[in-house]
Amino acid sequence: MIKILRQRFFAFFPTLLGVSLLAFSLIRLAPGDPVMLMLGERGGTPEVYEKMRTSLGLDQPILWQYLKYIGQVLTGDFGTSIVSQRPVLEEFFDRFPATVELGLSGMIFAILLGVPFGLISAAKRKSPVDYTLMGGALLGYSMPIFWWALVLIMFFSVNLGWTPVSGRVSVMYDVEAVTGFLFIDSWFSEDSWEIFKSGLHHLLLPALVLGTIPLAVVARMTRSSLLEVLREDYIRTARAKGLNEKRVIVTHALKNALIPIVTVIGLMLGTVLTGAILTETIFSWPGIGRWFVASVEARDYPVIQGGIILIALTIMLVNLIVDLIYVWVNPLLREHS
Amino acid sequence: MKKFWRRLNQNKGAVVGLVVLAIFILISILSPLLAPYDPHQIFDGKFNLPPLWSGGDNAHVMGTDDIGRDVLSRLIYGARISLTVGFLVVTISLVVGVSLGLLAGYFGGWVDQIIMRGVDILMALPSILLAIVIVAILGPSLQNGIIAVSIVYLPNYIRVVRGAAMAEKKKAYVDATKCFGATHWRQAVINILPNCMAPIIVLASLGFSEGILNVAALGFLGLGAQPPIPEWGVMLADAKAFIETSPWLVSLPGICILLVVLSFNLLGDGLRDALDPKLKGQ
Repeated sequence: MIKILRQRFFAFFPTLLGVSLLAFSLIRLAPGDPVMLMLGERGGTPEVYEKMRTSLGLDQPILWQYLKYIGQVLTGDFGTSIVSQRPVLEEFFDRFPATVELGLSGMIFAILLGVPFGLISAAKRKSPVDYTLMGGALLGYSMPIFWWALVLIMFFSVNLGWTPVSGRVSVMYDVEAVTGFLFIDSWFSEDSWEIFKSGLHHLLLPALVLGTIPLAVVARMTRSSLLEVLREDYIRTARAKGLNEKRVIVTHALKNALIPIVTVIGLMLGTVLTGAILTETIFSWPGIGRWFVASVEARDYPVIQGGIILIALTIMLVNLIVDLIYVWVNPLLREHS
Repeated sequence: MKKFWRRLNQNKGAVVGLVVLAIFILISILSPLLAPYDPHQIFDGKFNLPPLWSGGDNAHVMGTDDIGRDVLSRLIYGARISLTVGFLVVTISLVVGVSLGLLAGYFGGWVDQIIMRGVDILMALPSILLAIVIVAILGPSLQNGIIAVSIVYLPNYIRVVRGAAMAEKKKAYVDATKCFGATHWRQAVINILPNCMAPIIVLASLGFSEGILNVAALGFLGLGAQPPIPEWGVMLADAKAFIETSPWLVSLPGICILLVVLSFNLLGDGLRDALDPKLKGQ
């Protein structure tokens, strides 16, 4: 356990340093003068130009600029957004809860449906049920989710009028951000139940869209992992003992089939928690993904630069935690280390 | 080889995928002959014409878009663009990724260290985000979108080829050829690489679908192909505003993307089963 922890720890920092270098090189690699690009639409006098250049530190040697940037990042200073004039870190934390809410809902949806689907598929292998479920999973796996989102909006929002098209909660309610998590903050407000309902209502379609590909992946993984385990000797023993098939699969096989399923969920978790770029953009969800795309469109370089590092850091932390849980639940790995 | 084809033939999904792909490839080769009109031609006064099956015009089987262009013609040219995109993404990422993976796996040591740290960095970011970042550097265009998505897909090849090369290197035939004085180049490319082909072929097939999907997503976000190019993702982005009045503008390009991606995935699954019997049934 400690050995693995140490290994991960030593791999963590070089990677993060590499990511910061990648993020830093951004402004310098972009063709043209970044200051001109940023001033572009806003226009500017030579004085404004010089001031901006100095404020971005672009008049200093490049190595010095990088070291200085690393120094700032280490003290939690990720720069200031050109568009909003607010610290990048503050902007990140403002949007993070919305993304976590959406990401977790999507993953819960995917796991709640994906595991049972895979289980049924494996239990009824080579039956029409299996073919239908796995056909559906392949369809979900191949889905261009930006289109899928539009189709669902077309059906549920436009035709049936059941769900709202965009946003996180109805504009009628002004929710004070206590924790930033809508479903927690709603309890501090007056119309708590109404706000909670409205939030849930807004969450439905985006979570479904975001969960579609993970659902397909989890279902496929559950099936293949279960089929693998069902070939083992101890399963034959369990069957020979006269246990019924349901008992064999649910209590004996599933437990041992879980490791690859947990792994695949862990791999997707980092991505989902740092902003589903397409889903958030389509549903105007006020999270990290949309923030990042908007910053790219506005060429808000400090946000792009800081955003990359913060997103990478979050993903790496989530992966690290998943790895540790993985070692912890897998006795084989635990004993080896 | 014969055995491989027989196994692939038994997989109904792979055969269906192959047939659908063959049709799309034919369409994209013959698009100037098949398309009824020029994809950029604007028909005055024929805006948002519904397709034939919901009461449209005989002259425009799949209707027209918001500025009066023939949707069928645009979809047909879109097939040409998407398949070319897929081909380019796979070629670029395959050549670069396989070379780097072979270098890392064959030489090991510091070469391996440097390449794998690069892979770690690329993998620390979600694929579409990384593509957006690269496009942000290079500027939004179809060409830059292709480069971005190719870079994003590199780690897959590098990791697989590296792993396979490391395993192959330990086998007796490598030592044997070494005794005959085989050069590094000969060892890596002529002796080891062909033995790593199975996973590379599977990855390439899946890379097609990933490439087409991601470039379409970039086009949809306005960061890939730019209008008026009849790229499927761009067509979807244009149609977004007319979702209530002209649903066919949304549904048709999406179905095309889904069909092509699904076919490549079916083929990829089939290839994996056929090339690697150990994984069969997974």
